Amino acid sequence: MRKSDRMAPWAAYLLVGVGMFIMLAPFYFMFVFASHSRSDIFSLPPPLWFGNDFMLNFSILTERIPFWRSLGWSLYVALAATGLTLLFCSMGGYAFAMFEFRFKKPLFTLVMATMLLPAFLGMIPTFMIMDAFGWIDQPRALYIPGAASAFGIFMMRQFITSSIPRDLIEAARMDGCGELRIYWSIVLPLLQPAMGTLGLITFIGSWNNFIGPLIVMRSPEMYTLPLALRSLQSPVNTEWGALMAGAAIATVPLLVLFAISSRRLIDGLTSGAVRG
Amino acid sequence: MKRSLLPRLSPEWAPYVFLSPFVLLFVVFGIFPLVFSFYLAFQSWEPTAGLLAMKFVGLENFAFALQDEWFWKSLKNTVWLATAAGVPQHLVAIPLAFFIHTSYKRSRNSVVGIYFLPYITSTVAIAMMFSTLFSTEYGMINQGLHALGQVPGLGWLAPAQPIDWLNHAENVKPAISLVVFWRYLGFNTVLYLAALQTIPGDIYEAATMDGAGRWQQFWFITLPSLKPMIYFGVMLSVVGGLQLFEEPFILTGGRGGTDQAGMTTAMYMYRTAFEFNDFGTASALSWLLFVFVALLTWLTNQAFKDRHAQK
Repeated sequence: MRKSDRMAPWAAYLLVGVGMFIMLAPFYFMFVFASHSRSDIFSLPPPLWFGNDFMLNFSILTERIPFWRSLGWSLYVALAATGLTLLFCSMGGYAFAMFEFRFKKPLFTLVMATMLLPAFLGMIPTFMIMDAFGWIDQPRALYIPGAASAFGIFMMRQFITSSIPRDLIEAARMDGCGELRIYWSIVLPLLQPAMGTLGLITFIGSWNNFIGPLIVMRSPEMYTLPLALRSLQSPVNTEWGALMAGAAIATVPLLVLFAISSRRLIDGLTSGAVRG
Repeated sequence: MKRSLLPRLSPEWAPYVFLSPFVLLFVVFGIFPLVFSFYLAFQSWEPTAGLLAMKFVGLENFAFALQDEWFWKSLKNTVWLATAAGVPQHLVAIPLAFFIHTSYKRSRNSVVGIYFLPYITSTVAIAMMFSTLFSTEYGMINQGLHALGQVPGLGWLAPAQPIDWLNHAENVKPAISLVVFWRYLGFNTVLYLAALQTIPGDIYEAATMDGAGRWQQFWFITLPSLKPMIYFGVMLSVVGGLQLFEEPFILTGGRGGTDQAGMTTAMYMYRTAFEFNDFGTASALSWLLFVFVALLTWLTNQAFKDRHAQK
């Protein structure tokens, strides 16, 4: 292997470099355009460097959409989804990893099967259920249904099986520790690394979710950020500067999370990528 | 021992308690919608009319969908998009992963991270961004093509007229595919990188001893070892590509674009339900799409199996 390293042709490095440039360019221009007025963006040549109109764009943005509310809802839904998912998936994963019980096999098969079913099949009935529950325009419609995700349960089960010794649980049981206490005081703290990864994945998934809110959020003051951004799009006179400012603000948290945890995130997302 | 605030729970009941949230949510939001969606596919129903207005119509919804010009068009669009975005993803990701694997040591993580970045970002934000990049007169993509065309030898890259990417029926699909390709390339690259790491290095060393060149090693060692991952990756692309919704939805302003050239079946299903208020037909459409996804998944499976048998 090592010998061939030196022989890698310069053209390949160049291509990989150009590729990286292409991957980053849309992000770069998103931020550049966010700081230019609408007429600047559509001028010749187009702006290549940051301008001074970010605050102007931002004020247009807050005028057109209830930006702060949308940001708040996005944050609220993402945090609630993350919290509930971590709780339910760690519980489920723990049960599958450490207990023998009736229906274990068929239940686990069901978990795996749900990962294979296309999401669009449930789209219409989900809307009807939400309607029947009175959950239209309710944030809980966005974070409760997916909270015991098959992917999360599977991931937790794998982690628990491979890294928490059975003897530890047995020992605690011998000492008279109740099952809930074992879960809460022994298992949960040991689960932290896996929880970090699953938490990140859930947060990002919820933050980016578009179809979910598109179906259940009907009034503009309940829109999450992606939905609010999309409501700025109109056949005539789209305020592109403001739109880019909103898109850029919606992207910053993801960039920060990615910068902190790219390795862990990439591994987590691709390890159980059935939902790609 | 400190008295616990938590109630005592016996080991026999514990697993059921721990699994109860999953079972409850799974029944309400997993199984029931599926069953109900199937039921709905045989009903004629407009949501505004109330639940009692539901009427059994047998296979009428399916018959309608199968004779519907828009359904076939959307299916064709979907296949076109899934192919045009999916095939290049793998054709580029495999050599890219190979090159990163063999040629980058210290900077590998940042290179991989940059390629992966599009995958984690909001589709909506990014599709909006691409809408400006695709703009006809002033968009970066047309400007870039024009600039490249000025370079000697690359003149063929410059179109005679600026390309109207998003409003011209024949350009919408390439534009959407480009965005989808951009978004998933890094993801596939990471999959292949993971697979490459499992190939033991001494196979290559033995091959080098035997005088096999870099290209031969790639062709006879790397590619065959990657096969299971190629299968997995292609499967993901097939299933994901056939469900394409967000990118075409945003890039065509939610309507499918000029002459419905950018309308996918998932999008058509959404519109049938929530714009045309026809939940029965929409459910039938979703099952037709499901059958189609299952069929193509099976075909992919067969394709990989057959080649295996030949070897």
